[in-house]
Amino acid sequence: MRRVAIVGAGLTKFYRNVQETPKELAYEAAKMALDSCEMKLSDIDCVVIGTAPDAFDGLHMKGEYLTDGSGGYRKPYMRHYVGGGTGVLSPIHGWFHVASGMFDTCLVVAEEKMSSAYPHPAGAFLTIFDHTTEQPLYPTLIWIFAIEMNRFMTTYGYRKEDIALVAVKNKKNAMDHPSAQLPGEITVEDVLNSEIMAWPVNRLDISPTSDGAAAIVLAAEHVARRVTEKPIWIDGVGWALDTAYWCTRDLYYPDYVEVAARMAYKMAGIKEPSKEIHIAEPYDPFTYKELHHIEGLLLCKRGESVQMLLDGVTQRTGNLPCCPSGGALGVGNPIAATGLMKIIEIFLQLREEAGKRQVPGKPTCGVAQAWGDLMQVGTVVVMRS
Amino acid sequence: MEIMEKDVAKTATKLKTQQILEGKVLSVKWEPNLKYAWDNGPALGRYLAELKNGRIIAKKCNKCHRIMIPPRMFCELCWRPTDEWVFVKDTGIVNTWVVSYVDWKAGRLDIKGGVRPITPAVIEIDGASKGMGILHLLDEVDPWKIYRGMRVKAVWKPAEERIGAITDIKYFKPIE
Repeated sequence: MRRVAIVGAGLTKFYRNVQETPKELAYEAAKMALDSCEMKLSDIDCVVIGTAPDAFDGLHMKGEYLTDGSGGYRKPYMRHYVGGGTGVLSPIHGWFHVASGMFDTCLVVAEEKMSSAYPHPAGAFLTIFDHTTEQPLYPTLIWIFAIEMNRFMTTYGYRKEDIALVAVKNKKNAMDHPSAQLPGEITVEDVLNSEIMAWPVNRLDISPTSDGAAAIVLAAEHVARRVTEKPIWIDGVGWALDTAYWCTRDLYYPDYVEVAARMAYKMAGIKEPSKEIHIAEPYDPFTYKELHHIEGLLLCKRGESVQMLLDGVTQRTGNLPCCPSGGALGVGNPIAATGLMKIIEIFLQLREEAGKRQVPGKPTCGVAQAWGDLMQVGTVVVMRS
Repeated sequence: MEIMEKDVAKTATKLKTQQILEGKVLSVKWEPNLKYAWDNGPALGRYLAELKNGRIIAKKCNKCHRIMIPPRMFCELCWRPTDEWVFVKDTGIVNTWVVSYVDWKAGRLDIKGGVRPITPAVIEIDGASKGMGILHLLDEVDPWKIYRGMRVKAVWKPAEERIGAITDIKYFKPIE
C-alpha cells in the first residue's frame, strides 16, 4: 500500500437554512480545497462523495445529484454513506483509491443539507428503524440517544451537570472557528436549564440542524511532496459496524468504535493511544457522545472520561485536547460534512495552521472519529505530520 | 493555509426560518406519498402471530445458547440458522429509559398542558438471554420514578383488538 497525504482542505460556513443548493455547497468546499493547494480539477484523478440520508433532501440518489458540484463529472466517482459516520469514512474511501496505486490524487467531498426537511429533519429518521418491531412505536433518534446516554450515566454514576461541561467547552472552542454555527459562552446551568428534549438530553446537549460542506485533496507521496511542504499523512484507518439489533447490545460502551480504533492504531503502529495521540476530534453530536467515544477510542480507561473532562485534560490547553474545533456542538452538525470538518481540524492543527484554535505543544499525531447508522458504526482515522 | 472568516464568508448564505415560513423566498413544498407492504419473514411473522395470541416468542441458537428476542432465523453472532422456538414471559426489567418531551418529528408535546411525557425504554424480557431487550413504552408510572432494573409487565390490548403487531402490547407497567 502506498502512503497517502492530505494536501489541501476547504470548508463552507455552517448554517441552518442556507440559500445555496447542495450542489453549490459541494462546489464551494471542493473549489476551496483545490485552491488551497494550488491544484486544478484536471489534476484530480478521481472523486469520492460522502453524504447522508437521501430523506433529508427528499432527493433519491443524492450522490448522483452531487456529481457536478463535487467535480466528479466524467471522472471515476463513488458515493459512500454510513449515517453520521460518513464524514470520517470519506477520507478512508479516498485513501483506498490512492493507497491501492489505482490513482495518484483524489478529491474527497462531504456535503449535507438538513434544513430542507420539514417540519424537522428528525422525522426523516423514522424509517431507519425496523419496520415491524420498532416503527409502529414511532421512535426518534433523540430517544435512542437519550436511552444510550442514560445507560452510560447509570453504569458509571456520571452526573448530567458534569457531562454538560462538554457543551460548555465545545461551544467556547467554536468561538474561534470561522465556520461555526452555534459558538458561545454558556454555563453548565444554561445546559441544565435548557428545554428538556428527552431526559437526560436537554436542548443544549444536542448539536443543531445544519447545512454545509467540506472537502480535502488526497495525494500519493510523490505528488504530495511536490504539492506541499507540509503534507499530513493518513497513517491509520479503521471502521466497524455492530449489530442492527441495537437493543441486544449493551449501550454503555461503543464496542464498534474500539474495533475501528484498534484497526487504525495497529496500522499506524500506535500501542499506547492515550500517550501517543496528542489531539483528538471524537464525534460529539450529543454531549455524552464525546465522552463515550473518548472511552471507545481507548484515550482513557472505561469510566474515566468524566474525570478527564473535569481535570481539564480535554481543553484546548490540556494534555489531550478533544474537539478543539468546537465540534458538532459548536461548529454545527451537517452530518457528513461534520466528520470531514473534524479531519480538516486535525489537518490544520498538525500543520500548525489552526490560527486562534491552535493547540500548544506542536502536536504531531491526531485522531478523528465519527459514529452513526443505528448507533452502530465507528469510523476512525489517525493522522501524522 | 489557515481557513479564515473571509474564506468562508462567501460560501453559504443564511436564510431565517421566518423568511421561508412567510413565503418571502420562493419555495416548493412536497409531501411524499410512498406506500409499502413489508414482508415480515418467518421469524417476525411467528413473533407477530404470537403477539396476537397474547404471548411472546423467542428463538434459540444452540451454538451460543442465546435465547433471542425479537426472534431471528439466523444467529448474527454464530452466523448459522437458529434452532428451537421458545416462549418467554411478558415481564422483564428496565435496562435503560427516556422521559421524552418530543414526538418522532421532534414536535413538542404539550407538557405544561398536562400531556404525559412519552417514556420509551429498553426492556430485558424474562426468559430471554440476559441483556436481550426490546424497545417499548412504559406507562402507569411516574416518569421521574423509573429506575434501572425496575420490574415491569406487559399491558395487552383486549384479544379482539389485537392484530399481530408490536402495538398489541400497549405498554409495560411496573409490577408491584
